[in-house]
Amino acid sequence: MNAVAGRGRRTGVAEYIGEIAEHKGCRTSPGGTRTNCGSQAGQGDLPKTIWEKVKNHPCYSEEAHHHYARMHVAVAPACNVQCNYCNRKYDCANESRPGVVSEKLTPEQAVRKVLAVATSIPQLTVLGIAGPGDPLANPEKTFKTFELVAKAAPDIKLCLSTNGLALPDYVDSIARAKVDHVTITINTIDPEIGAKIYPWIFFNHKRYTGIEAAKILTDRQLQGLQMLTERGILCKVNSVMIPDINDQHLVEVNKAVKSRGAFLHNIMPLISASEHGTVFGLNGQRGPTAQELKALQDACEGETNVMRHCRQCRADAVGLLGEDRSAEFTTEGIMAMDVKYDAEMRRAHQAKVEDERAAKVAAREEELAELAGRKSEITLLVAVATKGSGLINEHFGHAKEFQVYELSTSGAKFVGHRRADVYCQGGHGEEDRLSNIIGAIKDCHAVFVAKIGDCPKSNLIKAGIEPVDQYAHELIEKSAIAWFRCYLDKLRTGEILHVKRDDAAIRQKALTSAA
Amino acid sequence: MPFKIIASQCTGCSACEPLCPNVAIYEKGGTFTIDPKKCTECVGYFDEPQCVAVCPVDDTCVVDTSWPRRQASA
Repeated sequence: MNAVAGRGRRTGVAEYIGEIAEHKGCRTSPGGTRTNCGSQAGQGDLPKTIWEKVKNHPCYSEEAHHHYARMHVAVAPACNVQCNYCNRKYDCANESRPGVVSEKLTPEQAVRKVLAVATSIPQLTVLGIAGPGDPLANPEKTFKTFELVAKAAPDIKLCLSTNGLALPDYVDSIARAKVDHVTITINTIDPEIGAKIYPWIFFNHKRYTGIEAAKILTDRQLQGLQMLTERGILCKVNSVMIPDINDQHLVEVNKAVKSRGAFLHNIMPLISASEHGTVFGLNGQRGPTAQELKALQDACEGETNVMRHCRQCRADAVGLLGEDRSAEFTTEGIMAMDVKYDAEMRRAHQAKVEDERAAKVAAREEELAELAGRKSEITLLVAVATKGSGLINEHFGHAKEFQVYELSTSGAKFVGHRRADVYCQGGHGEEDRLSNIIGAIKDCHAVFVAKIGDCPKSNLIKAGIEPVDQYAHELIEKSAIAWFRCYLDKLRTGEILHVKRDDAAIRQKALTSAA
Repeated sequence: MPFKIIASQCTGCSACEPLCPNVAIYEKGGTFTIDPKKCTECVGYFDEPQCVAVCPVDDTCVVDTSWPRRQASA
């Protein structure tokens, strides 16, 4: 309410945005320069306290996401904002996108589920509440769940994801609950753009629409962000990239959230297909292409840490980010399960994972040393079929997604992922599936796999993508750097020519889990 | 006239339930229902009926014309 009243004297939207974008002062990211951390591989120059918070968090550390799992519990069905990209009524168990769940849980059911999952999947480190509505529009259920989980499984990190409207009212509760990671979805800082994304908000017992609604929301989001970072709570900002609506503007959003201490900016492509029943889906609003998304992420990365490994998961997702094991943990199933929470077993398992991680980093550094002294302007993308642990360990035909790395003389950098599953509607044939996969990785020069059949192999070669199976079951980054070194050698001897690749499609449709 | 919730359109999100000043809304089989004897259309409490204002599905909380108009208890 204060935020609204305080804005009354402003003359124009431009002045308003200027003021928000210029805001200075933050705690988790002081000064004007970017810290080399977040979505990137290692600790870099990150302060030890922050590194400790993010290193095992799959959503806050790109490297951790190869090894550690997260889960969301769907205890928060109510929402206070209507978004044009969301339709929570639609529930297809085979679909993965925010806002969608199969079962709602009570806080008591949620804590049982957390214990069951943490026992079955010892690399689970994070519990998040992300909906299917807004956690802070369901404060009782949300904070009760955090309280119960903190008591029963104190080693699990607590996390929440909000639209930010109610955030300033709950900063104290968040700090008290020891939630140390908060994600705020901020799609714009310009109320005129906001009016195109949010038809209405419900605030102080009243429905607001249009620019007025968007202005209240923006003010509350930025106020909440700043209040959190001032308390040292790590904040990630999610933004949905909507072509021709907020795509160019997200650079401004990036500056505004950075100046308020956001640790990480996650720019995600709009998911919109008519069968989702969302306003954007029904009016034909398109999502960005892979190149458009990467260009925007690259533009923002100069300013802040950019997350590129988000899988835009469901509000009841379970497992590593690239997989979803929620179907294994139904409410009926977990209530019947005999769960003994074994913190010691989890510690031992995670210690093993840490050894694996250290070996992976050492191998990468060793390979990188081989590349030292090479000079080349070339950067290119390669796709990798992996089941996790940072290994090339998936068969081409079984891959539900491909991870994409950008290779240059400075090394291998994770820049995204492409879903490759069979589509729900139509396209069941092998031929269709193959052409979908090729469409999704068309911007890559090579695809690294554990194994591949002759038929897809020849089709990939025809499409100009080199299938690489010689590094089967080896480490991704080490192998990719080794392959890149050979690639540069072949260019030098004239054996091959460097050709630029096309753009690729980001899949929009629902998927089947049996891909 | 009190409000009613069209069950076939209700997503069961529960947003309306805690907002009702008359505690007239309750869950029934996965969706929510308004007790017409308790509903006062939020008159005397809020400027607009809370269930209508917060409901994510348009035209789901609607006036129940089968009941006579009710006034807020003073």
